[in-house]
Amino acid sequence: MKGGWLRIYAIAYLVFLYLPVVLLPLFAFNDGTVMAFPLKGFTTQWFVQLAGIEALHGALLNSLFIALVTASLSVIFGICAARASTRYTFPLKAPIMGAIMVPLVLPEIIVAVSLLVVVVQVFDLPLSAWTVVAGHTLICTPFAIAILSSSFQGLDQSLEEAAIDLGETRWGAFKNIILPLVSPGIVASFLICFTISLDEFIIAFFLTGAEPTLPVYIWSQLRFPTKIPAVMALGTVMLVASLIILSVAEYYRRRGIARVGGTDSGGFL
Amino acid sequence: MSIISLQNIEKHYGDYHALKDVSCEIAEGEFFSLLGPSGCGKTTLLRVIAGFEDVSSGTVLLGGQNMAGVPANKRPTNMVFQSYAIFPHLSVAQNVGFGLRKAKLQPAQMADAINEALEMVGLAGFGERAAHALSGGQRQRVALARALILKPKVLLLDEPLSALDKKMREQMQTELRRLQRQVGITFILVTHDQEEALIMSDRIAVMFEGEIAQVAPPQDLYRRPLTRRVGEFIGVMNFLNARQIDVSDGTVAFDIEGLGEAKVGPDQLPEGARAYLPVVGLRPEAFTIVYEDPKLRSQRIVEGEVLDLSYYGDMTYYEVKLDGASAPVTISMKNLTTRPVLERGTRTLVSWDEGSLVVFAA
Repeated sequence: MKGGWLRIYAIAYLVFLYLPVVLLPLFAFNDGTVMAFPLKGFTTQWFVQLAGIEALHGALLNSLFIALVTASLSVIFGICAARASTRYTFPLKAPIMGAIMVPLVLPEIIVAVSLLVVVVQVFDLPLSAWTVVAGHTLICTPFAIAILSSSFQGLDQSLEEAAIDLGETRWGAFKNIILPLVSPGIVASFLICFTISLDEFIIAFFLTGAEPTLPVYIWSQLRFPTKIPAVMALGTVMLVASLIILSVAEYYRRRGIARVGGTDSGGFL
Repeated sequence: MSIISLQNIEKHYGDYHALKDVSCEIAEGEFFSLLGPSGCGKTTLLRVIAGFEDVSSGTVLLGGQNMAGVPANKRPTNMVFQSYAIFPHLSVAQNVGFGLRKAKLQPAQMADAINEALEMVGLAGFGERAAHALSGGQRQRVALARALILKPKVLLLDEPLSALDKKMREQMQTELRRLQRQVGITFILVTHDQEEALIMSDRIAVMFEGEIAQVAPPQDLYRRPLTRRVGEFIGVMNFLNARQIDVSDGTVAFDIEGLGEAKVGPDQLPEGARAYLPVVGLRPEAFTIVYEDPKLRSQRIVEGEVLDLSYYGDMTYYEVKLDGASAPVTISMKNLTTRPVLERGTRTLVSWDEGSLVVFAA
C-alpha cells in the first residue's frame, strides 16, 4: 500500500478531528433526551423546540450584532495597521507591531479579567454588548492584521505610484487600486473575525451585561440535561450555517484570484 | 529651450548621500538616458523629476516652471515603471484609459483615444483583454500607451526593457526609438545597459555614486570619455601605463608601455586639463592584427603573443600580451574568410591607431 503508516495516521487524524462534529447532527435528530447509543429514532422536535426559545433568539441576535461590529472594526484597524507596517517605516515599528500582535498569544482569561477590572473599576462603565465588542476587537485585530499583511505584502508598490502618476490623489489610488486588489484579504479577515467573535466564550462571559451572547447562553443551558438535545440541534444549525458561509467565502476568494491572474497558493479558509 | 532643468540637486536619505550636486539641462524632444551601475542614483533622479521623491536642496524646472511642492499627480510627466505596474484587476482598455477618467470625456471620445493609443503601440484590438493575460512585451506596450495617452511633456522610463528577453529587448529598443520620433515627446530613460543607452539616446548622462560624470552624445561618450571610469563603463577599453615625456604647442608626447612613443594633439586632449593621468586608453578596434606584409602598412606596428581568444562568429576578441607591456590588451577583429583565427600562443604583429588614443585629465 502506498503511503503505509502515514496513510493510516492521516485517516485516524481525520476521524478524531471530525467524529465529534458528526455526532452533533446525529443526536440532534435522535428521539431521546439522553445522549447515548443505541439511537432511539428520528425526530425533528428539538428543532421545533429551538424555534420557541425566546432567550435563545435574543442571545443569537446579540451574538450576531457583536460579531458584525467586531469584524468591521477589526478589519478597519487591520487595514490601517497592515498598510502602515508594509508600506512605511517609522520609529519603534517592530515593538509597536509586536504589541498589537500580543493578544494573539495572551491567555484569554487574563485578558478577560484585566478588561473587566478596567471597565468596571477604572472607568466605571456598565457591562453591555459594547464592552464585549471592545474585548473581541482586541483579540480579533491581530488575526485581521496577519491576514491583511500578506495581502498588502504581495502588492507591487509601483501600482499605487502608477495611479498617482496618472493623476489620482493618494486616496483615489488607494480606493481605486489598492482596495480592490486586497479585497479577497478583506473578505477573508472579516469572516475569520466574525467567526472568532461569534464563538468566543471567556471574554464574552466576563464582559457581557444582562443579555448573554450565544456561547454564554449555551453554557448556561448545559446545567439542565433536558435542554441538551436542543443545544445539539442549535449546534447543527450553526454547523450548516458555517459550512455555507465558508463555501461562499472560498468561492469569492477563488474568483478574486482568478480575476487578477494569480495562482492559487492554497486557501486560508 | 530646455524642457527640464536640474539645478544643484541634492538628495540625502539619512546618512546616505544619494544625489550630489546634480545639474543638467534636457532639451525638448530629446531622447535622454541616465546610465550607470545599480545604486548610482539614476532611478532616484528619475523619481525626483516624476515627483515621487523630494529633493534635499536644489531646483527642478519643468517647462520653465519650478516643481517644488508640485505633487506627482499634478506634474506634466508620466512614467513607465520597471515592473510596468499594470493594474491586474482592470482590462487593457481600462488600464490605458485610467488617466483619462479625470478628463470627463464622452464615452465615444474616450474609446477613440484608447484605440488610438493602443494602435500606436501595436496593440490594436487588445482593449477587452484582461491585463493579467498579457505577455511581458505586451504589458510593456500597455504601460507605454497608458502613459502616452495623457500626452505628457516628458515620458520617464525606469529600466523598461530589463525584464524582457534579448530578442524582445532589441525589438523594443528600435520601436521605442521610432515611437519617440513619432510623438516628439521628450523621453528620459534610466538604464544600466550601456549598449541600450548608446543605441537609443540622443544624449547620455553617465552617473556614478550620485554624481553625473559626463553628459554627451553616444559617439562622443564612446570616443572621448572624460574619466577612466566612464571609459571602462562604456564598452571595452584597454588601459596602458604611459609616461608623459614632453609638452609643446599643446601637443603631449607619451611613452606608452608596449607601444612606444606617441604624440597626442590638442583636439584629442581633455578640455581644460592641466595634468594628465599616467595612463592612456585604447579601444579594442583601435588595434589590428597584421596579416599582410607589414611594410605595406603606414601605421605603427608592435609585436605580441596571443594569450587567449573569444570567438563570436562575426568577431574574434584576442587577449594579446604586447612585448614590454605589463598587462594584455583586448583586440577585436572582424572575421573574414581570408583572415584565419589565430591560435593561443601565436606570435603576431599588431598595428594600432595613434589617433584613437584617449587621454584622461588627472
